[in-house]
Amino acid sequence: MSNVAVRVENLGKLYRIGGKQERYRTLRDTLTDAFAAPFRRASSLLRGQAYGAAGLREEIWALKDVSFEVRHGEVVGIIGRNGAGKSTLLKILSRITEPTEGYADVYGRVGSLLEVGTGFHPELTGRENVYLNGAILGMSREEIDRKFDEIVAFAEIERFIDTPVKHYSSGMGLRLGFAVAAHLEPEILVVDEVLAVGDAQFQKKCLGKMSDVAGEGRTVLFVSHNMAAVRNLCEKTALLEGGLLSFLGETSLAIHKYQLGLSDSQSQATSYGVAEFTNVSIGKNGNGTVELDESFEVRCLLNCHADIEMFRLYCIIRDGNGEVVAHLFRRHLEILKRGAHSLRIQFPPLWLRPGVYDLHFKLIPDSLQIGPRRILSEIHILSVLGKEDLQAELCLGKLIPTVQWRIDFHARE
Amino acid sequence: MDSEIVQDLMTEVIVEEQPEAVPTPAPRAELAPAYHLRIEPSRGWVSLKLRELWEYRELLYFLTWRDVKVRYKQTVLGAAWAIIQPLMTMVVFSLFFGNLAKIPSDGIPYPIFSYAALVPWTFFANGMGQSSNSLVGAANLIKKIYFPRLVIPISSVISGVVDFALAFVVLLGMMLAYGIVPTLNVVFLPFLLLLAFVTALGVGMWLSAMNVQFRDVRYIIPFLTQFWMFATPIAYPSSLIENDLLRTLYGLNPMTGVVEGFRWALLDTDTAPGPILLVSTLAAIGLLVSGAYYFRRMEKTFADVV
Repeated sequence: MSNVAVRVENLGKLYRIGGKQERYRTLRDTLTDAFAAPFRRASSLLRGQAYGAAGLREEIWALKDVSFEVRHGEVVGIIGRNGAGKSTLLKILSRITEPTEGYADVYGRVGSLLEVGTGFHPELTGRENVYLNGAILGMSREEIDRKFDEIVAFAEIERFIDTPVKHYSSGMGLRLGFAVAAHLEPEILVVDEVLAVGDAQFQKKCLGKMSDVAGEGRTVLFVSHNMAAVRNLCEKTALLEGGLLSFLGETSLAIHKYQLGLSDSQSQATSYGVAEFTNVSIGKNGNGTVELDESFEVRCLLNCHADIEMFRLYCIIRDGNGEVVAHLFRRHLEILKRGAHSLRIQFPPLWLRPGVYDLHFKLIPDSLQIGPRRILSEIHILSVLGKEDLQAELCLGKLIPTVQWRIDFHARE
Repeated sequence: MDSEIVQDLMTEVIVEEQPEAVPTPAPRAELAPAYHLRIEPSRGWVSLKLRELWEYRELLYFLTWRDVKVRYKQTVLGAAWAIIQPLMTMVVFSLFFGNLAKIPSDGIPYPIFSYAALVPWTFFANGMGQSSNSLVGAANLIKKIYFPRLVIPISSVISGVVDFALAFVVLLGMMLAYGIVPTLNVVFLPFLLLLAFVTALGVGMWLSAMNVQFRDVRYIIPFLTQFWMFATPIAYPSSLIENDLLRTLYGLNPMTGVVEGFRWALLDTDTAPGPILLVSTLAAIGLLVSGAYYFRRMEKTFADVV
């Protein structure tokens, strides 16, 4: 218990955003409101209430009932879609904004890094900004004195350190900002998406610095959309969805869940009355995860409520961007009797680039009628095909087959 | 080929060993319990957290230093502006109020009579204006990093002290020119400056916190400054009010105490402002304390609203 660095208990944050504008029905209403509003706002101001300004009525929980614990020395990633509450969580933990309910216990000094170069003043020189920014981030003057040369060297701007920052290129400014931040030494570091700074080479350097920090046994909370960075740095990852903590655990699992975009149901079936797909399972253990080089089987039940003669079974595989990777169908002339039928589709190893794929099955009657065919039943299954593999992530292309390289080194005349 | 691999392995080993070679010491574990902080919603009136403010004194120093440094950057006249403001006002006042309207000046040449008041007044007016707009101006800081927000209005008032010092030197020069020797009462000047500071900060805290929500404040300030200036005995002496009690109550405007105090300490006017100063001090403290509590109460909304 004493090893806990951050304990968050039922944390919630309510924001008020602009609601629908009420329609004024009469001119009188408009006028009375125009007169009354300043008084109402002034009184709300004196009573110490916020949000009086725009009459903000619509409420939104940016974060709700979030509870978790982080131990000292842990590096925890926080992922989720835009608006899932990641930044709000970091803002609460770094005390920029107060929670609406719940609490967080923090054991150790928190340094937060939500932006690079916070408080940089364009008129001041690089040197002056290092001191200013350092002070803003909570470093003492001696601390900055001590690390100054290191910071400047890290930012690679020795020549321009006495030039006003307004003459810097944007990359130089960002590098200097990151360099200062990277030399913070708090016990708990809270970082928001700041690694996407500068060119590829500097990004690599930043990531390296981040993993150094992580390696020093400091506690780090790290928000990012860069899954490769999260996977590299964090042993544990929290997944936020719509302000709720939907998962906290092993990073690769969290990333899978994030990529699936769904925490429980991985399939969505639509039935049009005649037949339906049920009990879907994919792969060996049926959890929808398939190795890169593995052949796999999709099993499901097809429930028919009536006899179906002549039909086509479609299987369309789409990648995360919705592009069709494979489009397969099979015509059947047999009669599918009323009742449940087990359906198995055997796939060879697909060598697909690891990621989330949408397997779309459709049952369509095969008639000679002209016109759009009626879909009898369909199902979308989201599945992770190709197990996560760092090397694979570096490769471009849709397929990553294992190939044999054979080169004849004996030159022929 | 093989040797390359071996080398790769060796570098890897070396890299891995380095963190162990520089062992991270234990103090983290010892320090950890020392810093315990509970982050939870605050309700109602909250404490001022002055100790925390003290811990952030270096940030206060740097922000003040930045304000001073940046203020006259990219201007032609630079720090001369600190002198021009009160000096030109003095010229205008002497011309119209002194020469044309013949407003009495407690037996002192009108130019120095008004300038001695304009120096602390300019400090106050700039401090009030700048601190009121300071939070909105620092929105990007407020939204990205935590520190006691009080640091912002305080630093913007403090940075005005440099301007004050420059204008004060000119005041001394004028006294020399007019052959006025200050009395021993000059020892009270730091206190009077502090009074002006406290007043500016008190108003600044109220207005800056309001400004976060309602930008109306920005438009109120020029008007308020002008109104306040004529409500303060700058162009005229407070001795125009003959009723002693009323004159003392005039001190409810803390700047009355400051301005009259300055004249008394430097120019030896015979209206010793004892009671006025007392009232002014109480009023200024009232402004400061109420402003600080109001500011702290609104502080939690700053990051969300600004």
